[in-house]
Amino acid sequence: MSAFTAALDLRRYVGRWSLRSASHAGRFFFMLLDLVRGILEWRVWVPRTFELTLGVGYGSLFIVLLVAGFAGAVTSLQAGYQFTGQLPLYVAGGIISESMILELGPVLTGLILAGRIGARYAAELGSMRVTEQIDALESLGRSPVTHLLLPRILAGVIAIPALVMLANAFGVVVGFITAKSSLGLTYADFEFGARYFFRPLDLWYSLIKSYAFAGAVTIIPCYIGFNTKQGAEGVGRATTQAVVAASVTVLMLDTILTKLILGTAK
Amino acid sequence: MSIELKHVSKRFVDNVVLDGVDFFVAEGETVALLGPSGVGKSVLLKHIIGLIKPDSGEVWVDGQQVPLLGRKALALLRSRIGYVFQNGALFDSMDVFENIRLGITDEEKYADKDYCIQRVKECLRLVNLNEEVGRKFPSELSGGMRKRVGISRAIAGKPVYLLYDEPTSGLDPVNADVIDSLIERLQQEIGVTSVVVTHDVRGAFRVADRIALLSKAKIRAVGTAEEIIASRDPVVQQFLERDLEMAVIQANEVPTGERRIGGR
Repeated sequence: MSAFTAALDLRRYVGRWSLRSASHAGRFFFMLLDLVRGILEWRVWVPRTFELTLGVGYGSLFIVLLVAGFAGAVTSLQAGYQFTGQLPLYVAGGIISESMILELGPVLTGLILAGRIGARYAAELGSMRVTEQIDALESLGRSPVTHLLLPRILAGVIAIPALVMLANAFGVVVGFITAKSSLGLTYADFEFGARYFFRPLDLWYSLIKSYAFAGAVTIIPCYIGFNTKQGAEGVGRATTQAVVAASVTVLMLDTILTKLILGTAK
Repeated sequence: MSIELKHVSKRFVDNVVLDGVDFFVAEGETVALLGPSGVGKSVLLKHIIGLIKPDSGEVWVDGQQVPLLGRKALALLRSRIGYVFQNGALFDSMDVFENIRLGITDEEKYADKDYCIQRVKECLRLVNLNEEVGRKFPSELSGGMRKRVGISRAIAGKPVYLLYDEPTSGLDPVNADVIDSLIERLQQEIGVTSVVVTHDVRGAFRVADRIALLSKAKIRAVGTAEEIIASRDPVVQQFLERDLEMAVIQANEVPTGERRIGGR
């Protein structure tokens, strides 16, 4: 009897989980559809997007550069630790610049912004949902997707790739300064190493990743915040979920894009 | 120009909130929907504006079945309805002026800054607030002022229907009286069809032409104030008595102001 009850419970659990997943998939799809439709209402979202882009860009610049700087410095020190005496010194230039451009710049920026922007978007929209501000917007015959979601997502999609490029550049500069002081690497050696290993595809790859991460750290938190339920506790839960989901998606996209772009490149 | 709900049912998971509810509001009429907290009054109100879809039944507003309307038709219908939310639901990131301006649902008029300035001033005046309030942010306003700004926003688009969700909840008796007077005055000045959701019996008797009592997912009684008072239904009587007790307590707490219990 207990085995039967357990089997029934499992069936119920799987059934509920499947229904919830299908419901999320449907709502997410319709949200994306609404976003596309909302683009036509440019008079609504253009001014707000401009305002938010400045906020996302300037607001995140310090933390993004700080993290990129540390990443560049650590890469430089580790390159020194691993390769000194075994490989020519100019290789460090290649390792620092390639590590920053291919992986550390985009991924660390993506993860930092999943926390910073993702948490902010989910909390803002979640609070608006539980205080009925989103319902109020709908009751006025206005689309919350166009007024609230589209400007936030576009602001991220505009600002985040720019932040990633700045992070790449800053990480490389700090990496060089660190290598110069700790390994005695000259600028000529560094430049030679960086140029030797660099391919234009690397920069495209970094840029493509930054756009994909921008989508992940804006769309997912917007969706989760927009569908918040159950008051202040719900806002807290939505914020945490948004950061976790956006961060995991960044890492998943990183793997997928690496396989797709670099895995096929010769 | 009427509002009608036919056999509307709604449940949230295992909780049946509305069970075959029939509700009618004639053109130009004000109906108060009474009931204890958490009984589903706001859910019923949200069905009217299409924020919630019924599990079964029909919701008719302006001769249109709300749950079947497409995006554009629903947006157009909503532009004819003013909705006053329980806590104002003002947008925190905008000042009062912009909040009220957003209520101007005609896009051409919304884009006309001069018209907006005039209309916002007019709406603020209608709810007894001065122009300076327009520059404040919602966080700088008292509860009563937030409610009044919410009403201003709801009337800014010159709606044909006005839906009030607990307009006096959380307010002291003096401020509740001010809001009730305001609803009465707006009704006389702009002559809209209104539904007032409330659990305040005195306020309902004061502002409404008819009163409906929602209890245990069903409309228990509908009628004029006199008919409701004369009702022999024990649930109706119990609800009225409870409010009477509350009114006596509040009357003892507040030294000034006219007390009108159970009368218009």
